[in-house]
Amino acid sequence: MRKNLNVIAAYSIMMGLIILVGIFQSWNIALSIFNLCLISAVMTMGANIQWGYAGLINFGIMGFTALGGLAAVLISVNPVQEAWSAGGTNILLSLFLIIGIVLAVRFVLKRYQKSKIRNYVIAAIIILGVIIIRLVSEPGIEAIEEVNPARTGFLGGLGLPIIFSWIVGAFFAGGLAFVIGKVALGLRADYLAIATLLISEIVIAIIKHEDWLTRGVKNVIGLKRPAPYEVNLQETEWFINLVEKFNSGKLALISDLSERQEALNQFVIEGSSVFVKLCYSGLFLVVVIILLILTQKALYSPWGRMMRAIRDNEEAANAMGKNVVKQHLLIFVLGSAIVGIAGAMLVTQDGLFTPGSYRPLRYTFLIWVMVIVGGSGNNFGAILGGFVVWFLWIEAAPIGLYLVNLTTAGLEDTHFLKVHLIESVPYFRFLMMGIGLLLIMRYRPKGILPEKIEIK
Amino acid sequence: MDFLNALILLLNYIFVPALAYGSQLAIGAIFVTLIYGILRFANFATGDMMSFGTMVAILFTWYFQSLGLSLGFLPTALLAIPFAILFMGLYMLIIDKFVFKYYRLNKSPPVQLAMVSIGVMFVTQAVVRIIIGPSDRRFFDGEKFLIRASEFKEMTGLNEGLAIKSTQVITIVVTIILVSTLFWFLNKTKTGKSMRAYSDNEDLALLSGIDPKKIVMITWMIAAILATIGGVLYGLDKSFKPFTYFNNMLPIFAAAIVGGIGNPFGAFLGGYVIAFSEILLTYAYKKFFMYVLPESMEPGGLIQLLSTDYKFAVSFSILVIVLLYRPSGIFKGKIL
Repeated sequence: MRKNLNVIAAYSIMMGLIILVGIFQSWNIALSIFNLCLISAVMTMGANIQWGYAGLINFGIMGFTALGGLAAVLISVNPVQEAWSAGGTNILLSLFLIIGIVLAVRFVLKRYQKSKIRNYVIAAIIILGVIIIRLVSEPGIEAIEEVNPARTGFLGGLGLPIIFSWIVGAFFAGGLAFVIGKVALGLRADYLAIATLLISEIVIAIIKHEDWLTRGVKNVIGLKRPAPYEVNLQETEWFINLVEKFNSGKLALISDLSERQEALNQFVIEGSSVFVKLCYSGLFLVVVIILLILTQKALYSPWGRMMRAIRDNEEAANAMGKNVVKQHLLIFVLGSAIVGIAGAMLVTQDGLFTPGSYRPLRYTFLIWVMVIVGGSGNNFGAILGGFVVWFLWIEAAPIGLYLVNLTTAGLEDTHFLKVHLIESVPYFRFLMMGIGLLLIMRYRPKGILPEKIEIK
Repeated sequence: MDFLNALILLLNYIFVPALAYGSQLAIGAIFVTLIYGILRFANFATGDMMSFGTMVAILFTWYFQSLGLSLGFLPTALLAIPFAILFMGLYMLIIDKFVFKYYRLNKSPPVQLAMVSIGVMFVTQAVVRIIIGPSDRRFFDGEKFLIRASEFKEMTGLNEGLAIKSTQVITIVVTIILVSTLFWFLNKTKTGKSMRAYSDNEDLALLSGIDPKKIVMITWMIAAILATIGGVLYGLDKSFKPFTYFNNMLPIFAAAIVGGIGNPFGAFLGGYVIAFSEILLTYAYKKFFMYVLPESMEPGGLIQLLSTDYKFAVSFSILVIVLLYRPSGIFKGKIL
């Protein structure tokens, strides 16, 4: 109990802050912060597995998040029959061609000795393959994108419940991580960081511009929900009764009958969106807790010990007969898969998929700030980092506004400096993140909740 | 005649823009490579440092414009560059003193310094956005074109016009002057040689009496010059927007690594490799083939290898290929 005091204290303070937001701003805001904190926590757990357990730098978190989001679209949207009949065969054919190219390259790699000619043959196979695929897929893509471009214009998905996408998203992200890992894991740490950053940009470019698959920048809206819709809730008998019960004290104060009805309606509308958010919180909480149990088990297992050994001294671990390359690949895939889950959760919660919104600052660097601030190598720390940083990210603007008002209290309201500062309040979040990160790196380099490994 | 037309077409749409864009990337890549070679970390604040320098230059440009100062047909921003470099250098030295110095003295691993540079990135981004705002700004004034497309057509009687923007010429000229001075400095002067020695082997350099403080300071000053000029040139040619500058960090990194990180000459060429491959692969060659091929063989499609949406993706793919086959870059990196 005693040794976990700081963990409990840190989490209580965090929950207290969110509850304060609920009391002073609104429960709606508090819950949406809480939900995104949970999603961020899943992402940080993924990054923490890679960085904290194994010391791998992955700056491609944005790409894996987007792939998780893509999974949500491909699983939940109903298939567009017209588009499939218009260009489905071409797309399937190109898919087989891609598989064919990969197999052919593999065959050449396996069969022949390393030589210049082999490289040329591989290059020739790839270039020829790309040209053939373009020829095959182009008419199909055009046909698909012409099917009702304002509403669909893409192939659609499978029409399954969106919850499944959380698992599929993990597989998508894990698959990409496998490919990247095969290619890039041998690189030095900072090279790996840059390579993953750039590869994630390529992923985003593809998602953004392959309209037949994702609608691209036209966005996919109105995804299915695992939670009830507010509009339906507002007409349900039991929900209205529930809200009435909750607010009976306030309602009793209003004597006029019609006014009371109006107040009740207001409460029902507010209550419905809070209720929906609570549903999401419950779902996300389940995911976070399952992942936390699994990652904790992994951390204290022989496997976790081996990972730390590899992280702390790669050569020694290698000399002890541990397959460093294989373990690195494994952990890279696992961590990325967790990030993929978070990506799917994010799209599920938003109900829309906007490829244009994936930016490295928000989805890669901010997650890294969370991991570093929270405490790398410690799952509780990583989750706490997700909470603290996301909370600050959202609340930075109000805090900034307060500070600006405080420091410029002596100036008139129309003074140009004051107006300018108030206009730029939204950017104080960058300042806070940066200074926070720098301070933590300098004075508490292991994070708020540092890694604690007990040797029994 | 058709052949000439085709040539002019390629010059106009591929060669000149790629040369200008490549010069801008090259300056940024040398900046990255210098920091990597001498201070030994990947600087993720590259794009934002460039946007800081450009921001100061824009503020001075506005000030000069309000005073009525101008350079005639040249953009006023050129006049502002020296002042911007001063501020940029000051900013970099302050950051170095309060942030990077501690880790350098502690001999922290490069990864940690890279993380710290992310913190600097956030702070710089905030500073730029708070001071000048996130919106798109054009600060170009003076003569826009050196040769207009229509004038060129009249002059030569060809079908295709060649438009050369003055910003493109300025970019190329300034790059040539800047880069040749830099190489002269690194290869011929004593300070430059000691910088190279420091980059090559820190311990040996210290043993032979090279003052690390001086080396670091000069590196930051050169970095300030490169960041500011690179940023201003890009902003003059296109426009200034903090977010674009942040994103430019990616092709700049690609250029630096493709050329062999730590090797300024490699970075310089890497910039052009990236720029040319981006533009060559995403250009629609239809018109070119219409001129070159006889009429019966006229192509149907656009003859575009990749859509322009994938411009960035091209450079990153090149980077991945280079990393796979020659991790030290085209020109062996890390020797300076």
